[in-house]
Amino acid sequence: MSFSKRDEDSGRIGYHHYFDKTTVLQEARVFNESPINARKCRALLTKILYLISLGETFGTTEATELFFSVTKLFQSKDSALRQMVYLVIKELSTVAEDVIMVTSSLMKDMQPTSEVMYRANAIRVLRKITDASMLQGLERFLKAAIVDKNAKVSSAALVSSYHLYAIAREVVKRWANEAQEAINAKPQSVVSAASSYVTSFGNAPQAYTAVSNSNIVQYHALGLLYAIRQKDRMAVSKLVQNYAAKSGLSGSVLRSPFAQCLLVRYACKVMEEDPSSTRAVYELLEGWLRHKSEMVNLEAAKAICEMKDATVKELFPAVTTLQNFLSSGKPSIKFAAIRALNKLAMSQPAAVAPCNIDMENMITDQNRSISTFAITTLLKTGNEASVERLMKQISGFMSEITDESKVLVVEAVGSLCIKFPAKHHVMLSFLSGALRDDGGYDFKRAVVEAIFNFVKYIPESKEAALSHLCEIIEDCEYSKLSVKILHLLGVEGPKCPQPTKYIRYIYNRVILENAVVRGAAVSALAKFGVNVEDEAVKQSVKVLLSRCLDDADDEVRDRATMYLNVIKSGDEKGYVKDDSTYALAYLERQLLNYVSNPELADTPFDLSTVPKISRQEEQESRGPLEQAGAIQSLGGRISPPHSGTASNGAGARPAASTTPSLDQQAVYAQKLAEVPEFASFGPLFKSTAKPVELTESETEYVVSCVKHVFAQHIVFQFNIKNTLNDSVLEDVNVLMTPDNDEVSLVEKVLIPAPQLVYDVPGIAYVAFERTVLEDYPECTFTNELKFIVKDCDPQTGEPDEEGFEDDYQVEEVSLAIADFVLPSYIPSFNKAWEDLGIDYEVVETLALTTSPGLQEACRDLIALLGMQALENSGTVQGSNVHTMILSGIFIGGAQVLARCRMTYDSATGVTLQLAIRSTNGEVSQILIGAIA
Amino acid sequence: MVNLTLYTVKAVVMLDSEGGRVLAKYFGSDYSSAKDQKAFEKGLYDKTKRAPHGEILLFDNQVVLYRFHEDVFFYIVGMPEENEAMLLVILNAFSDAVSMLLRHQISKRVILENLDLVVLALDETIDEGIVLETDPSAIVARVSKPRENLSDVPLSEQTLIQAYQTAKEKFGTALLK
Repeated sequence: MSFSKRDEDSGRIGYHHYFDKTTVLQEARVFNESPINARKCRALLTKILYLISLGETFGTTEATELFFSVTKLFQSKDSALRQMVYLVIKELSTVAEDVIMVTSSLMKDMQPTSEVMYRANAIRVLRKITDASMLQGLERFLKAAIVDKNAKVSSAALVSSYHLYAIAREVVKRWANEAQEAINAKPQSVVSAASSYVTSFGNAPQAYTAVSNSNIVQYHALGLLYAIRQKDRMAVSKLVQNYAAKSGLSGSVLRSPFAQCLLVRYACKVMEEDPSSTRAVYELLEGWLRHKSEMVNLEAAKAICEMKDATVKELFPAVTTLQNFLSSGKPSIKFAAIRALNKLAMSQPAAVAPCNIDMENMITDQNRSISTFAITTLLKTGNEASVERLMKQISGFMSEITDESKVLVVEAVGSLCIKFPAKHHVMLSFLSGALRDDGGYDFKRAVVEAIFNFVKYIPESKEAALSHLCEIIEDCEYSKLSVKILHLLGVEGPKCPQPTKYIRYIYNRVILENAVVRGAAVSALAKFGVNVEDEAVKQSVKVLLSRCLDDADDEVRDRATMYLNVIKSGDEKGYVKDDSTYALAYLERQLLNYVSNPELADTPFDLSTVPKISRQEEQESRGPLEQAGAIQSLGGRISPPHSGTASNGAGARPAASTTPSLDQQAVYAQKLAEVPEFASFGPLFKSTAKPVELTESETEYVVSCVKHVFAQHIVFQFNIKNTLNDSVLEDVNVLMTPDNDEVSLVEKVLIPAPQLVYDVPGIAYVAFERTVLEDYPECTFTNELKFIVKDCDPQTGEPDEEGFEDDYQVEEVSLAIADFVLPSYIPSFNKAWEDLGIDYEVVETLALTTSPGLQEACRDLIALLGMQALENSGTVQGSNVHTMILSGIFIGGAQVLARCRMTYDSATGVTLQLAIRSTNGEVSQILIGAIA
Repeated sequence: MVNLTLYTVKAVVMLDSEGGRVLAKYFGSDYSSAKDQKAFEKGLYDKTKRAPHGEILLFDNQVVLYRFHEDVFFYIVGMPEENEAMLLVILNAFSDAVSMLLRHQISKRVILENLDLVVLALDETIDEGIVLETDPSAIVARVSKPRENLSDVPLSEQTLIQAYQTAKEKFGTALLK
């Protein structure tokens, strides 16, 4: 028998178009024939796989029946058939029932005496059908298979263990030593491995005795080892040191480039978690730049480019490596290099500039993804003179590239406008040209956002940009975008010298568009009516708005009516010019609570408890993405959403501090809602913004506390972390003792943290009830942790049976008036102040002896009252006189305003005249009490 | 985000010259419904049909590497931040292995006729998104061929060209030994 014959005849199944599921199910009878016709069966199994691949689905009964007739084929000794059987079983196992029945057949195939092909594949199949409970029984086999001499068996076992780790962490954890052994195993000799395989073929052709040269088994073993150890920072760091160090003269232990890439990633993770290791890891990364494998070089170069605060000098070797890749013959490598450089150019254009000449050559690259990256990178690193030329080049092939690339280009252009404002006309015409191309919503939105940037940051381009926007809404298929643009026109249009020209465009929308856009257009029109001084314009807007009174849509009609009245009555401030909005996350939560609670259905929803924030803050809290977008255009760089700049941006503005805390509060509220004991407490009123640290950060147990205030209850949440890797804490309670016995608080609920293992934070709760509703107690609690401590093995985390009781003192927590006040924004303090009147005003003059200066006094007052400083009055401008205005909501919904007039004299310190007005006299008294 | 896991490949797809599916295997949950898969494949095909030798692109926020043989596209889909060189090695491994199994005659017809070999090659290259082997000859060695029934093979079925090719191959291996 010749080889050629064999191949010629290989299970030919031809085109499959003529068969479908029904015929295949009928043909499945062939599986029951005896003796088994291996070739026929294999062909039919292939058909089944093909059907599945084409998207055909089998019902549970069908799949189960098929599954069991397929398992009959285990009787056949034909290895070619068996391999196909394994594959089909894997595919059907997700649908069929009782698949566990084949376990014994598979176990038999897994035995060390079986052929390699049987063993490796049986392990992989078994992994699919087994579950955590059965794993105990398989453990011995799998452990042995991991360290098997044959790489194929070892790989199969490692990969299967890796999949299993997700469902049976505790069991797989114990295989770390075997994984380690697999990494260190010597490469198998070609002959011994091959021979065992050849037997499965009988007289198999010698050409196919090749054994793997990839050493990929090390990659699998390293991946598994890391998965097992990832929680243990020290172990990971040791892992990296261990394998990185051995890349000395004799070559590394890790021969697999895939494994080396993993090691690069782990090294970066170590660096991220322990900044002190930066130097050492950088040196390792630099070494990997010289590794003989391209993928390792690339991985290391990317890692260096991602390093935070790397200097141009540190980046240099990585950039050089990437520069070499730019001239690679492989498109993928070129792509990888230019993509990494493009990303780097966002933050460090100077470091990338040396590659400019290479990138120029890539502008005309065959692969459009590559040329797009080249151009957008050049736009960032290049000079003003080249901008025009690059824009021209790229508009030549905008239509050919994917939406993702288009968005990249548009974003690059959008951030460029800040850098070269003089070129704004070129960029604007490019963007409006780009809009005419086909493209999805994301692309169009990117273009519109980019044009918004022009309006925002380049005053001289504003008019041109606005007229481009007007053209866009003329035929825009996305209502969302139209609404966005109409809103901007409404804000910016009235400030322009010729507002009338935009009115025409906006009114056109009222005539032609759907209800959503019409509504937005009406609102935009109204802004013209209010903000434009010219009486003639006001008059014409009124005429236009009155035409909308007959609109078919309720919302549009209502808006028109409202705005008409607003313009007529002259009460514009309250509606059109109002720049405050409700804290949306908080509002949403309150509404949800209102809707889900049937008892509240009889009473109207109470808006007064919802804090207000300014539009500006609302914009800032919109989510990190947009924020990063704003920063990107400010600094001409696109920062990744998680970078530090976003938080700096928010921190720079003291007024912005409430919004993040409200978002944080939403997170807490969700967590608390999961605790059934707290369900009866009602909606959460306030959580302290930042956890209070009750221990030093390097003690055995790190504890911090967050206070949650409900209508009548106060919940103390203790976040506790165990930093000892050789002990486990169980049943961790916090004993809170108030310093004042007469305080009107009763402990209601005590929820311990059930178990604290090393480095995984746990939470214990203590809840108090205020017994007298009108009393807002101030007191200090001493806190003590009570728990059972058990020793454990630092490696496995397995605790001893026996434990002993122990306690641990932590610092005090205090409850203050400020905890009952929610900071809230109001648009106009003076008006609100007048409206509240002097009915419930309380004024007191105090000397603030504890505050050394005005700024400190402001800070202390904000902390003591728990209110929000308005109109930037939280920052002291003058040197010895300052007035701070504050606003807040007291628990129960009463509005509170405070005016703090302060003088500073070096001899007497800060003198304060504090005036508090509120809708409730008692509240004013209570708050004054907080200071006095 | 840097991928610290072993899960590297999100999908392997083979499309014909009209964008129809020849073979597809998706891993993970990103494209779990048939509708999503179809939409993804259609978009992918539209973007690559004009540049069959581009090798790489970003599509639908994934890195996609591809190779065109005769009338079939091979695609490997990875996470957006994945190391492109790693994906290239995987694509090469699979594509070369298939090429060797089909004796360097990749086309839709040949693939469908030898689908058993191709699905086994795929299974031996990637296991649920984890790359299993990157050495094409090792993959080829792991793919079993159906055992023949001597009686079913009429000699007349062999063309002269095929006979010549097998002869050449045999001769080549003999020389190598």
